[in-house]
Amino acid sequence: MKKGKEENKIVFPGQLHESPEGGMLVTKLDEIVNWARSNSLWPLIFGTSCCAIEMMHAAGAKYDWSRFGFEVARATPRQADLIIVAGTIVMKMAPVLKRLYDQMPDPKYVIAMGACTISGGPFFYNTYSVVKGVDHIIPVDVYIPGCPPRPEALLHGMIALQEKIKHQPVFRKNKKEIHHDERRIKI
Amino acid sequence: MQMTRKPSDITTDAKSGEVLHHEGEFIINMGPQHPATHGVLHLKIWLEGETIKKIEPHLGYIHRGIEKMCERLSYRQFIFSTSRMDYLSAHINNQACALAVEKALGLEVPPRAKAIRIILAELTRIASHELWWACSGLDLGGVTPFFYAFREREAINDIMEETCGARLTQNFIVPGGVMSDLHHNFQKRVKRVLTQIKDNLHEYDEILTGNIIFQNRLKEVGYLSREDAISYGCTGPAARGSGLSCDIRKLYPYDGYEKLDFDEIIFNEGDCWARYRVRMAEILQSVHIIEQLIDSIPDGEFQAKTKNVIKLPKGQFYQRVETARGELGVFIVSDGAATPYRCKFRSPNFSNLSAIPQMAQGAKIGDLVAIMATVDLVIPDIDR
Amino acid sequence: MTKEELKYKLGEISREAAFDETGEFLNVIIPSPELLPLIKPLRLNKEFYFDYLFCITCVDWKDYLSMVYHLTSTLHRHTCVVQATITDVHCPQIESVSGIWKTAELNENEIYDLFGVTFLNHPNLRRLFLGDQWKGYPLRKDYTDEHMILL
Repeated sequence: MKKGKEENKIVFPGQLHESPEGGMLVTKLDEIVNWARSNSLWPLIFGTSCCAIEMMHAAGAKYDWSRFGFEVARATPRQADLIIVAGTIVMKMAPVLKRLYDQMPDPKYVIAMGACTISGGPFFYNTYSVVKGVDHIIPVDVYIPGCPPRPEALLHGMIALQEKIKHQPVFRKNKKEIHHDERRIKI
Repeated sequence: MQMTRKPSDITTDAKSGEVLHHEGEFIINMGPQHPATHGVLHLKIWLEGETIKKIEPHLGYIHRGIEKMCERLSYRQFIFSTSRMDYLSAHINNQACALAVEKALGLEVPPRAKAIRIILAELTRIASHELWWACSGLDLGGVTPFFYAFREREAINDIMEETCGARLTQNFIVPGGVMSDLHHNFQKRVKRVLTQIKDNLHEYDEILTGNIIFQNRLKEVGYLSREDAISYGCTGPAARGSGLSCDIRKLYPYDGYEKLDFDEIIFNEGDCWARYRVRMAEILQSVHIIEQLIDSIPDGEFQAKTKNVIKLPKGQFYQRVETARGELGVFIVSDGAATPYRCKFRSPNFSNLSAIPQMAQGAKIGDLVAIMATVDLVIPDIDR
Repeated sequence: MTKEELKYKLGEISREAAFDETGEFLNVIIPSPELLPLIKPLRLNKEFYFDYLFCITCVDWKDYLSMVYHLTSTLHRHTCVVQATITDVHCPQIESVSGIWKTAELNENEIYDLFGVTFLNHPNLRRLFLGDQWKGYPLRKDYTDEHMILL
């Protein structure tokens, strides 16, 4: 069996060696853990404004994010490992978002959905209360532009996140990789 | 100076110094992160056992300062920021702004533009009620309605995308008309969607409306009297469920609603079940409105000629429209410049929210979800 | 009641009222201490019966603030706008109308938050949107904020 992607089909990472009493699987622990992690990401139900509606559309039958293992949306951060920040974050919401992020168990991932979460978007100029980019509060893995992004764009971002997870070190320390906590700006 | 402001301390009252909660009473914070609040609403609830004694809304978790922003945007630009307020009736919000500017300028909108605006506004209303229906189901414990309602919503979104270029925040309206002309498939597509909705609406009734558990959760829950609805300034289906006639399309018609035949749906019970039935009946009324227009969209211009830089005369202008949730008022104070001096949006959700403590008085904590589901709040519209 | 009748009747109630008929509605402009004596009969008298307060807002005119009340009647379907002028911009105060229309309670909280107008006899005056730590009143024209990038 070939490792990784083969004709858009996600296959199990590892090599199967046939033996008379069954088989033997040779794989890397990192790869197998990441394979499991990336294919069952549980998103938190978190939406502040318009993007949340497009997120709901992505969960609906037409776009159907359960095809990629996202369907177990959780209402509590303690059971979720992906937070899709869908909508504008304002100064009053920022500590709440940070607390939500802190309550999530590691490993945790963040998708910034929509222009507001990337930079403040349409509310960048002339407003007094909007946080100009959610990465001032929590570290972001994938940015999805759009106002609001289409559900396809969200799916693309989610698949990009899966790809990212597959290349992350789990048991070996990669010194080039900056740890999440160091990137976080304290508020 | 005598200050009547209270400190945000929850234990003591600033005026009398008395303790705010007694033995057996406890305070629950619902939100800002809660799946049933449809966003980031924060309700502070005083409970005695399971019975709600008092609710205090704490807002501002999505306060983006749109009103301040509008003071520095031109009359063409400020329309876009309103589609981010009540994003489920984005098109109708834009219509309100454009109408306010047109009223101030004394601009006559071509009949073709008016018809296009109404068709898209009613499609928006149907889509919004579909989403409300889906979310009510989700809130009250049924996941299946979500998939049924989103099937029709997707069909409407496809029309919006084809016509306006965006699925959700359309920004199709400009002062003086609409941004571009319709594409040649528009009528065919809309008719197909209308048939789809009419054919499928019986499924909605079979899944949710006829469900006895669902009915029992709504009947005689969250009572709001007509007097309270008036006093709290409620509008839209939330007030029409209490017998208050408040449909702006009937009372203060705009964009040619006066020529159309439709009923204002009013139920007198004042409970959640009445509000539920108002919205379900409104879907059919919206279908009926579009059916009258779709075959007779007048020919001609789709946009009146306006100057590049629009300057309103000095004065104060108020325009109201009926969004899917009630009366949206746009209050523009102009000092003659190219930007509004002050722009206030009278949001329907803000007033409807203020009635929730009254509706939930004495109800059980579980009923609060039913009440919030049938009032159908959109939080960014409350906070603006 | 038509605009003319309203104007005549309101002139009888408040001597200091000035009228502005240029807009869509009849505008009644009064100084802020005159608010309650004018607005109570508007709600209670059967002939006016303005039971529906559909919009409250405040406008900052730099040297004074004006509170704008849009009133309508569900019985007679007439509309009028009451504008109360607050001359003291540094410490603006006005009587609360939340005892007359319940919708005023949250709306006045909002105005207190964004304009800094203190409402006397308000049951629960607090900063609704921004929280107690916020400095300044953002919808005032002289508001400055280092985070606010103006375009």
